[in-house]
Amino acid sequence: MLGELGEEAKVLAGGQSLIPLMKLRLARPSALVDLNHIPRTAYIETQNGHVRIGAMTRHADIEDSPAAACIPILHDCAAGIADAQVRNMGTIGGSVAEADPHGDWAPVLMALGAEVECIGPGGARTVPVSQFIKDAFSTVLGPADLVREIRVPNAGPRSAGAYVAFKRCAPVYPTASAAVEVKMLDDDFCQDAKVVLGSVGLTPVVVAEAASALRGQAITPHAIRRAAEAAMSAADPQADLRGSVEYKRLLVGVLTERALLAALARARGERVEVAHEYAGR
Amino acid sequence: MPAANKRVRIRIAVNGTPRELEIEARRLLVEVLREDLDLTGTHIGCDTTYCGACTVLLNGRNVKSCTVFAVQADGGEITTVEGLEKDGKLDAVQEAFAECHGLQCGYCTPGFLMSTRALLSRVAHPTDAQIRKGIAGNTCRCTGYQNIFKAVRAAAGAAGK
Ligand SMILES: Cc1cc2nc3c(=O)[nH]c(=O)nc-3n(C[C@H](O)[C@H](O)[C@H](O)COP(=O)(O)OP(=O)(O)OC[C@H]3O[C@@H](n4cnc5c(N)ncnc54)[C@H](O)[C@@H]3O)c2cc1C
Ligand code: FES
Ligand code: FES
Repeated sequence: MLGELGEEAKVLAGGQSLIPLMKLRLARPSALVDLNHIPRTAYIETQNGHVRIGAMTRHADIEDSPAAACIPILHDCAAGIADAQVRNMGTIGGSVAEADPHGDWAPVLMALGAEVECIGPGGARTVPVSQFIKDAFSTVLGPADLVREIRVPNAGPRSAGAYVAFKRCAPVYPTASAAVEVKMLDDDFCQDAKVVLGSVGLTPVVVAEAASALRGQAITPHAIRRAAEAAMSAADPQADLRGSVEYKRLLVGVLTERALLAALARARGERVEVAHEYAGR
Repeated sequence: MPAANKRVRIRIAVNGTPRELEIEARRLLVEVLREDLDLTGTHIGCDTTYCGACTVLLNGRNVKSCTVFAVQADGGEITTVEGLEKDGKLDAVQEAFAECHGLQCGYCTPGFLMSTRALLSRVAHPTDAQIRKGIAGNTCRCTGYQNIFKAVRAAAGAAGK
């Protein structure tokens, strides 16, 4: 159907990005195809620790899901997006397809090593989120392609993640954010780590140097500090109304450190709640 | 979805009353509620998905009706502020806002009432953090949030009784 409608047609998921853009005339689709009434597109299924999330699953449903209780970084992310109203409509499929540089899902899904299942006239293919997002607001999807599912692999034992974002109030995108996944050998030694930053580049920034500061190391305050410093240098923020380049760099360091500490505690089996941080709280 | 100005038939239940409407596909839920159904209690503040004055319940969940096409609500149940009152009796949430002076000009109030209703239907006894999170998508420009917060707390207390 999308093929027949031509390149200017778009699909409508939650509408929480598309409708505001249409009001501003920044998007002027020739036709909209509503995905809201297609059955079996909103689901969260867990099998052997792997999680499959249907594209039309609302942020609010992920927030409250048993999967997010097991994989708390999913809760950190879903519960912090915008406000209750936007979370009740907005979908994970729409978020990754939109590829907004300030979006919360992309850095989290990249830290988790998640994949996107896409379908289109040419059949189905599965692409890692890191390759799915090509540039700001640009993905590998062709005009007649759809996101069908997000797949989160099983991270294995002694693994945990955390996501911390800073925003100025609820109904806005973050100023900066940090997603961290760690895999520990024991309480002290880190086997592997991933640090991905949001809002400080055209696409999420993978901080390879932070990972190497942690991988195979005993996790000391010094190692954590080095990882945070690596994140600060890898960040490529732009000055805007949310803050200057220097401010955002400092912020990224603090957020990376907080996310790391939360992830490490969780990997030890502690329950740690992290939330999006707000100005003035 | 058909072309923007093409008329489509939708069926929605608004405050318990089934409605069948023929509307242009491009129209927003808030416009249909206010202009076609004369339910002007739902306000338009910013029209940019920020302020929450347009909040209604769609299938029990609070949404910003300025950012939902009416056709997206097809087959659904909608509750607006007019639907809170039952048999001439105000809802506990409305009572609490009146008691606690949770409003001044009242422009934002329908939205706050609907977000509070949605929150309390999901969590009967919210923590302070849950209250703050529950109403974070609503903006008030004159009362200040202290009394609104107190009103939500009071409504939760009343609902628990
Ligand atoms: C006030 C406000 C604050 C926000 N704050 C945040 C925030 O803090 N963090 C955050 O991450 N997001 C935020 N958002 C965005 C929100 O998360 C959106 O829900 C999300 O970006 C888009 O999802 P949607 O389902 O609404 O998609 P839509 O708006 O319906 O669609 C977005 C785009 O994706 C395409 N699309 C949708 N679904 C698919 C699919 N299955 N396959 C292919 N293409 C598809 C559409 O054609 C469109 O181009 C905010 C939005 C608002 C209005
Ligand atoms: S009018 Fe809808 S959010 Fe302000
Ligand atoms: S009471 Fe006036 S804006 Fe809230």
